[in-house]
Amino acid sequence: MANPKSAYSIPTKKGKSDTHIFVVWVDNEAGVLARVVGLFSGRGYNIESLAVAEVDQTKNISRITIVTTGTPQVIDQIKLQLKKLVPVHKVADFKREDKKVIFKEMALLKVVGNKKKIEKCIKICKSFNPVILDKSKLSVVIQITALRREIDKMSKKLKPLGLISASRTGAIAMTRGAEIFK
Amino acid sequence: MSKLFTGAEIVFKCLEDQKVEYIFGYPGGAVLPIYDELKNHSSIKHILVRHEQGAGHAAEGYARSSGKPGVVLVTSGPGATNVVTALTDAYMDSVPLVCISGQVPTHLIGTDAFQECDTTGITRPCTKHNWLVKDVKDLSKIIHEAFRVATTGRPGPVLVDIPKDIQFAKVSYSKPKIEKKSNGKLHNKFIQNDIDELINLISKAKKPVIYTGGGVINSGPKASETLREFVRLIGFPITSTLQGLGAFPGDDNQFIGMLGMHGTYEANNAMHDCDLLINIGARFDDRITGKIDEFSPKSKKVHIDIDPSSINKIIKVDLAIVGDVNEVLKTVIKKINKKHNGFKASNKQNTSKWWEQIQKWRTKDSLGFINSEETIKPQHAVQRLYELTKDQDTFITTEVGQHQMWAAQHYKFNKPNRWMTSGGLGTMGYGLPAAVGVQIAHPDKLVIDIAGEASVLMTMQEMSTAVQYSLPIKIFILNNQYMGMVRQWQELLHEKNYSESYTEALPDFVKLAEAYGCKGIKAVNPDELDTKIKEMVDYDGPVIFDCQVDPNENCFPMIPSGKPHNQMILGPNDEKEKKITGKGKTLV
Repeated sequence: MANPKSAYSIPTKKGKSDTHIFVVWVDNEAGVLARVVGLFSGRGYNIESLAVAEVDQTKNISRITIVTTGTPQVIDQIKLQLKKLVPVHKVADFKREDKKVIFKEMALLKVVGNKKKIEKCIKICKSFNPVILDKSKLSVVIQITALRREIDKMSKKLKPLGLISASRTGAIAMTRGAEIFK
Repeated sequence: MSKLFTGAEIVFKCLEDQKVEYIFGYPGGAVLPIYDELKNHSSIKHILVRHEQGAGHAAEGYARSSGKPGVVLVTSGPGATNVVTALTDAYMDSVPLVCISGQVPTHLIGTDAFQECDTTGITRPCTKHNWLVKDVKDLSKIIHEAFRVATTGRPGPVLVDIPKDIQFAKVSYSKPKIEKKSNGKLHNKFIQNDIDELINLISKAKKPVIYTGGGVINSGPKASETLREFVRLIGFPITSTLQGLGAFPGDDNQFIGMLGMHGTYEANNAMHDCDLLINIGARFDDRITGKIDEFSPKSKKVHIDIDPSSINKIIKVDLAIVGDVNEVLKTVIKKINKKHNGFKASNKQNTSKWWEQIQKWRTKDSLGFINSEETIKPQHAVQRLYELTKDQDTFITTEVGQHQMWAAQHYKFNKPNRWMTSGGLGTMGYGLPAAVGVQIAHPDKLVIDIAGEASVLMTMQEMSTAVQYSLPIKIFILNNQYMGMVRQWQELLHEKNYSESYTEALPDFVKLAEAYGCKGIKAVNPDELDTKIKEMVDYDGPVIFDCQVDPNENCFPMIPSGKPHNQMILGPNDEKEKKITGKGKTLV
């Protein structure tokens, strides 16, 4: 554009985006999730998945895990902006490829079909720690824990076998080994 | 058992312990208990505004000119929503504000009660933090915390929403533990290595430039003194953002003027060609950088800022120093004096060629304009205003638009905290209420709002406030009958389609002044300008000055959108010399 009709500059080239997982320790108080999520929407960062729960009742701490994508500069900004929020205690950020960190998502899968199909489903799920939570003559509810893309794949495979409903959590993360993130 | 106080009493006890002298506010149903309590606290004076936005901007003016946090008190619903613009303005320009808002009683929250709104929800993105007080036991802790958040680190606005039943509820009060002044040390995360690296870069630089911003002002008056010492010690040229004006004397030879979209030719070219760029308390705003890819392409960049999230946000820097400006600069000066013998002559030699180049750029006289004997040129009006007020300690506020840029270009500031303007949010209507707040903080000083006729009409109602409290603010309107900056953009980018930027049926400002009970002055001819400005300055009371200026004047120099620093459009002087051919008005 030679003459952009704008008081603002034209966007510059964007760098390569990476997927990162943020773990945020926050005070478990009213509105804290809105602050964190509002920061993302307000500044135009995207959220791929989100998982929140209280992890320390005595200290009243919740742990928020957010999967997001962005250029290194954006990822850096997200971290620094999160740290500025008053109820945020600490922020950890991991690359999805990071071998030192475990990422897991859980899914509940409901399959309706005959015995043969159900058996087949359970077999397919075998490598993802399947737990049968409910079983009837015509249906089964299977719980699996796996990576996001693995669950995506599973869903595709189970569709023709009678998967009628899937409920999934966002990813949660934990470092390997004895150390914890400070 | 200790004495019990109502929530409303607690609010005032906290304000007293925070040494608050003035509150800017407007009463309403949900804050009546607090207003009822006002009479029992003589050390706190309430300034009744005419619109809550005015309260917010007045508090901003108060805070910026005094260095103390501004306090705002508004009611629920419309009271809170009206103050949102001012909160956002304060957030963008890092002004410490504490806004206390009333809320409907706790049991009615969420029922769409009369004058209910989700105040904490609405103000979440425009405050550093906000609180909804659900238990009176938390009230004092929250208010003291609110002051702490507003005033520490990078300052900003906070809001405390207090439901009406909490204002009535009773609880005991204990004084806050007086925290040791940390002097921002908590925010200093730099190590000696960073300082050594900076000094190393300084000693090697051949074409350096220092670029300072509002962070220097926010670091306190001492920081400006330290900055002056630092800049004189190393002998580098210094430019400033809009918000940083006054930190370094505007008439000093080392000062090369404001930079950015309407900055000087020398400042912008220095930014573009430099080999070392030292950013002190500025944030690489898009009005400063122009085209990012071509921003200062050959330089090593250093960024000193208290807010880590400002670093590498827009421009990647080579050396980041997170800390309070004053502390960082003091450490640097100490080290230079101790280890490097104050640089003495060596640095001057290194940069002498660079200074020659800057002198060459200066001869362009980029702030020049063609004066007229028939009509008042707005730049001339600001220059005359400066000449006639520079001998006293003058405080200037502005609205937003061409007049704001002319004020920034032609009024020279020599002290910090004398210049209050809405830079980040660009809020038209900021200047008049801000002047009210400045005058409250400095009752005996000359306070002038350099205004545009369109902006000032947005918050004109606050003249009534000025009259009520006998605040002798001077509203100096550069009246060109246009939303001048809009008109300028339309001329440059939209083929002179002046869509809705001309204001028909403007009021008679002299009569308007008289209607408010203040003095109105009108100037039409350049000959009468000086006498009338003197008349305004000498008048003991609020004045609206209608300065009728050339309606077609544009604000130059200017970096057109999407262009780097070294491609500025210069003013009509340049056109006259017929230098511009071929490539149009852009100078390379």
